[in-house]
Amino acid sequence: MKYIIYLVNGISLGSVYAIIALGYTMVYGIAKMLNFAHGDVIMIGGYICFLFMSKLSFNPYISVLIAAIGCMIVGVLIERIAYKPLRGANSLAVLITAIGVSYFLQNMALLIFGPNDKIFTSVIPNYPLNLFDGQLKISLESIVTIIVGIIVMILLTLFINKTKIGVAMLAVSEDKGASTLMGINVNKTIALTFAIGSFLAGIAGVLLCSAYPRLTFTTGAMPGIKAFVAAVIGGIGSIPGAFIGGILLGVLEIVSKAYMSAQLADSIVFSTLIIMLLVKPQGLLGKLNREKV
Amino acid sequence: MNRLYNKKFIDKSITFLMIIFLYVIITLFDKNVSSLLRGLLVQFCVYSIMAVSLNLVVGISGELSLGHVGFMCIGAFVSAGFTTYMRSVLNVESIFIFIISIFLGAFVTAVFGFIVGIPVLRLKGDYLAIVTLAFGEIIKNILNAIYLGFDSKGVHVSLKNELQLGLESDGYTLIKGPLGITSIPHYSNFLIGVILLLIVIFIIYNIIDQRTGRAIMALRDNRIAGESIGLNVTKYKLIAFTISSAFAGVAGVLYAHNYNNLAATGAKFGYNMSIMVLVFVVLGGMGNIRGSIISAVILTLLPEALRSLQDYRMLMYAVVLIAVMIFTNAPAAINFRKNLKFGKGKLKDER
Amino acid sequence: MKDNKKVVLNVESLSISFGGLKAVSDFDIKIYKNEVYGLIGPNGAGKTTIFNLLTGVYRPDSGEILLDGENIVGKDCVQINKIGIARTFQNIRLFGKLSVLDNVKVAMHESYKYNILEGIFRLPNYYKKEKDMDEEAIKLLKVFGIDDLADVISTNLPYGKQRKLEIARALATKPKLLLLDEPAAGMNENETKELMNTILKVRDEFDMTILLIEHDMKLIKGICERITVLNFGSVLASGNLDDVLNNEEVIKAYLGA
Repeated sequence: MKYIIYLVNGISLGSVYAIIALGYTMVYGIAKMLNFAHGDVIMIGGYICFLFMSKLSFNPYISVLIAAIGCMIVGVLIERIAYKPLRGANSLAVLITAIGVSYFLQNMALLIFGPNDKIFTSVIPNYPLNLFDGQLKISLESIVTIIVGIIVMILLTLFINKTKIGVAMLAVSEDKGASTLMGINVNKTIALTFAIGSFLAGIAGVLLCSAYPRLTFTTGAMPGIKAFVAAVIGGIGSIPGAFIGGILLGVLEIVSKAYMSAQLADSIVFSTLIIMLLVKPQGLLGKLNREKV
Repeated sequence: MNRLYNKKFIDKSITFLMIIFLYVIITLFDKNVSSLLRGLLVQFCVYSIMAVSLNLVVGISGELSLGHVGFMCIGAFVSAGFTTYMRSVLNVESIFIFIISIFLGAFVTAVFGFIVGIPVLRLKGDYLAIVTLAFGEIIKNILNAIYLGFDSKGVHVSLKNELQLGLESDGYTLIKGPLGITSIPHYSNFLIGVILLLIVIFIIYNIIDQRTGRAIMALRDNRIAGESIGLNVTKYKLIAFTISSAFAGVAGVLYAHNYNNLAATGAKFGYNMSIMVLVFVVLGGMGNIRGSIISAVILTLLPEALRSLQDYRMLMYAVVLIAVMIFTNAPAAINFRKNLKFGKGKLKDER
Repeated sequence: MKDNKKVVLNVESLSISFGGLKAVSDFDIKIYKNEVYGLIGPNGAGKTTIFNLLTGVYRPDSGEILLDGENIVGKDCVQINKIGIARTFQNIRLFGKLSVLDNVKVAMHESYKYNILEGIFRLPNYYKKEKDMDEEAIKLLKVFGIDDLADVISTNLPYGKQRKLEIARALATKPKLLLLDEPAAGMNENETKELMNTILKVRDEFDMTILLIEHDMKLIKGICERITVLNFGSVLASGNLDDVLNNEEVIKAYLGA
């Protein structure tokens, strides 16, 4: 029975990674940049939710919404201030800037909230489900997280494929120049991508902190990097790829923690990335881009 | 053309003279040097070597490595393992052992750099950054988990605890998991640090200013044009990355032998430290060797000298990274500076 | 007429398609030694794609490319350059942060070799090869009249001189065939005239064979003996300049428009 619990926990953690990975993959697909700060937006989401729920005693669900909207604003501001001036610059400069932004967010949080961990109260009531006469205990948190992951995935796919704005996003990811000629406002589309990605990061932040309640200024860093790994494994730029990659990575992490070594679980996750890049550099569902000559 | 050569020669000489001058001044006024500064002298050299070697990848080759400290960590553990073993088990302690350990550290780190570099440098884009970051974390995690000991039966390794090594009574545990290596011989000093720094700079300058370096920089400036004139991208990127890793290993050797104990803690060998070295490079100017050294020294000294700044240090680094990047790379900023130059009549566009 | 001359490039039924769209189909061309050959056609006709196929940026779906009788299909850019094709780019691609001299020297890396250690420790071989390289590079820059700018950073060169430097760099790899992608783009009339002279000078001094893409008909008429007109990825007409330009289909499809 134990392995079912591991599997459920893995899929649950994987859903969080998947939601974060969606943000990475959308931004990479459309702005062609690795938004290193995406993981730290998660942390911001955690702090905002904590602030409203635990300090200001707001309703948990309203706090989640405020957190997501707060992240959305932060995401758009980051894009506007740090990334937009660098559009068209070489990718190394953009990447270093993104690292700077990541660092900036972490250290702002450190200055504002201090170095001590905050204990995050879960937004989901602690209500374990007992199955098979109590042999199988699954927390409600895991179930809710998985369901949220699936809902996000479905809504996002519908949004991209069925709405005019979504199709514009697809067009920009294919060809910025041609999209401009077709009357698409590329700047607005990129800003919107950051808004959606960061909104999702806010939700992911709350879910992550509900499962792992220690909230500190580096909370987002490791999950962020792992979610990026998930996006690469799934195929960067691909939305279903990000989801599959996230789930795979979550399960892999939980299983290696349980059966191999808790200390080396991260190493196993990262080694998977290196192996993946060796075997199939475009990822599971990605495509290789050809540079125009 | 001769003008060009003279300019290069003068530029290099300034760097060497600057370091030697600083060394002489500090040594002459040794009695007046505060204990704070004295404790930092070897660190200056360590971080200067780190910055200069990272510059070879970031500034000269145009790739981003976020695991530079991971390579330093390998150099530190390999060399400290060697010298500590020599002293504790074989009772040999000599500067020659240290010199061998420098080569050993550099070599093993270079091998790691080569192995990590092969798959990644074949890919385009931001993969090197993320894989080197992952690699740095893997190294740190493994070195925190590993126990390694010797006895008459040979080498024992465990990932659980010291007891699991099952050493004989004559056994000796070299690496003790999270405690790392203890009682390392203290070989490093300011003079050795400065000599190593000078050697590293000499080599890097002479790599940049030759056939191989030109090819590396050409591929940085335009990969497609580089291929069109027959430059092998993977080969040259790999050369830069491997050499850079080897020098990070040398910095690790110097670092390890400056303390009694060596542990792969996040504070010393984590991702944050790799970012710090990146800040040295970016602030000193990408591709500018002297700049890397100056910013490494100043940014190592500043937070120690002004303790009150400690809290804001990382925040300042972040702002520096963003501001320097936007100022030097944003198309609008570049045009602005170009117009400024044209205005002064420095350049005439004949069109 | 050209029977006694050596064929440098022989391309037969070259085709490639991207996502079902035929970008180039059944393209043939035969270029003789010392020729200046023109490739013209409207935008999107597939001219640059052909350059990319010849230099190994793309791999053709079918067809043969023979350079001096050697089949180069399936080889990559680096190998093809070593075998003997060098090119320039429509949007100039210089090594922007390197000096003009270094832009040329880096292209000579195959002809003047010394290993990395000889370079680090400045052994005699380093000095000898660098000196030879400098001399040859300056000689090459002189042909283009930019030798006095040798130590200028290449990105600071005026546009016309950047184009010249790109040609010089391509020549420095000692190719058998030189491909020029719209060399006169963005140049005024005087500059174009100067460029025409330079191209002919390059052919004569370096014994070079040149294939060039160009929109500027004055340049084509001025220096090309034979041309090929490309339309929608296939050859509309090819042969002697005058014959092709008087071809009714060409006039209808392209020039007459």
